[in-house]
Amino acid sequence: MPGLEDLYREIILDHYKNPRNRGTLEVPPAHRSDGVNPLCGDEIAVYVQVEGDTVTDVKIGGQGCSISQSSASMMSAAVKGKSIKDARLVIKAFKAMMSIHEPGHDPDAPPPDIKLGDLEALKGVVKFPVRIKCATLAWNTFAQGLDQFVK
Amino acid sequence: MASVAMTLDANCIKRDFPALERIVNGHLITYLDSAASSQKPWAVLRAMDNYYETTHANVHRGVYTTAVEATERYEGARVIFARFVNANSKREVIFTKNVTESLNLVAQSWGNANVGPGDAILYTEMEHHANLVPWQMLAARTGAVLRYVPVTDDGHLDLSNLDTLLDGAKVFTFTAASNVLGTINPVRQLADAAHRAGAIAVCDAAQLAPHMTMDLQAMGVDFAGITGHKMCGPTGVGVLWGRESLLDAIPPFLGGGDMITDVHIDGFTPNELPWKFEAGTPPIAEVIGLGAACDYLSGLVLDDVRAHEIDLTGYAMDVLEARFGDRLKIHGPRDPNARMGVLSLALEGVHPHDISQVLDQQGVCVRAGHHCAKPLMRRLGVGATARASFYVYNERHDVDTLAEALSSASDFFK
Ligand SMILES: Cc1ncc(COP(=O)(O)O)c(C=O)c1O
Repeated sequence: MPGLEDLYREIILDHYKNPRNRGTLEVPPAHRSDGVNPLCGDEIAVYVQVEGDTVTDVKIGGQGCSISQSSASMMSAAVKGKSIKDARLVIKAFKAMMSIHEPGHDPDAPPPDIKLGDLEALKGVVKFPVRIKCATLAWNTFAQGLDQFVK
Repeated sequence: MASVAMTLDANCIKRDFPALERIVNGHLITYLDSAASSQKPWAVLRAMDNYYETTHANVHRGVYTTAVEATERYEGARVIFARFVNANSKREVIFTKNVTESLNLVAQSWGNANVGPGDAILYTEMEHHANLVPWQMLAARTGAVLRYVPVTDDGHLDLSNLDTLLDGAKVFTFTAASNVLGTINPVRQLADAAHRAGAIAVCDAAQLAPHMTMDLQAMGVDFAGITGHKMCGPTGVGVLWGRESLLDAIPPFLGGGDMITDVHIDGFTPNELPWKFEAGTPPIAEVIGLGAACDYLSGLVLDDVRAHEIDLTGYAMDVLEARFGDRLKIHGPRDPNARMGVLSLALEGVHPHDISQVLDQQGVCVRAGHHCAKPLMRRLGVGATARASFYVYNERHDVDTLAEALSSASDFFK
């Protein structure tokens, strides 16, 4: 049985207690998407602003556990300033780390060559399968937001 | 501090429940999630095994010995249950899959026949989704309007406007006790108010039947549902109890074998009560298990079960308040006599999920989430709570373990 330290790494607790990019953005020009975790009722709002091809700003609202909140915080830091294409690659890489793959995924294919940085701290979540939904809530919500900017 | 209930020896009762011997993450399990589902005593497990090992056959069909025995055991459980809840007759006891199905049965069979456009359906803000969604579906089908009795800040039903809310209502449906707040509702008073307004009264008794003497004659409702797995019985079986006259007057729920007396190529004649509402092969072993669970609880004496839980709840509230002070909020009424042994907790700085996760490391099982009562969670202004709930096998030691584990959760996230 994995221990708590596998789940609650220091950096996760730091993002939980001092969340980055919390707040709202004006809609429009930004887009707001909402996500809920139907299992536990956690709710998240992700505001995305895109200029040209670039994700210029991301803000996070809502409430949730340490895993969902820290994941949202780290995500906002990781994708801000990236192109839509690169942001999508980060989403893909993060979900791959959570053992969630797109349909048709080749299990032998090498993992996407993306540096996840701080987000690696969330790797331990896979050992606690019920918490994977907490970790991916912000990401799915963000991905929905991005879709709005692609004609 | 409340006095110790002398009549129930939880430490001894614990030995009736094999699952409570489990070691979880290196600790003897401390099971505090009985409001979600209780553990099962040997008596129930053995009754089900014995049925499968010795007499299994389909019910209501065969003429051979074991088929007759299976039917006798199945129908015997109905009689046990009828006595357990003081029903007038076993014809009023319908076996379902769970209380959710029981409530759906009422909302469909009774609802479709009795509710029309503009009629009001009244429920409360503290209902489980099982007693909200079936009525919302009925309203969508019929054009009826939905109303609710609000919850006060201290976790009671706000009855100040009840008569107005009941004006034009065809049905008032309410839980006997909240699975989140623990609040015990004044069932008789609510049923009487419904009847004065010309409405029927439906009671979700899922959280009542496991913990208190359930006396349908005293409750005065028209329909009541329970679920087996919360009262020492197996999953997969529930009961709908209904007044015979009402059950007789409404159409069947599901169609198929067993619920008919005759079928022609172009129509059918429904069976008599209670089989009219039991379509298809029923959960025979589970029904027998539920009968054994009723016997087990009757053996403990439900008044003593209740006294034990009041004691434990009072003790828990005292211990937790003394230890955590303002850092811990317990939702719902403060008086242990006014509530069930269900404590929904908010611990400062620690999200319910994280509480549940940290506690799990110490073998302590508490539920985190919205407890299938999202409208109530919105009323409380929270997304989730951590819920500890007590049953016959819990003792003060379990409360101490909980308090200790909560402390470590609090320290961990400091
Ligand atoms: C008050 C109440 N009603 C209904 C239910 C639903 O029970 P079941 O899922 O067994 O139908 C529950 C339990 O979860 C409950 O606590």
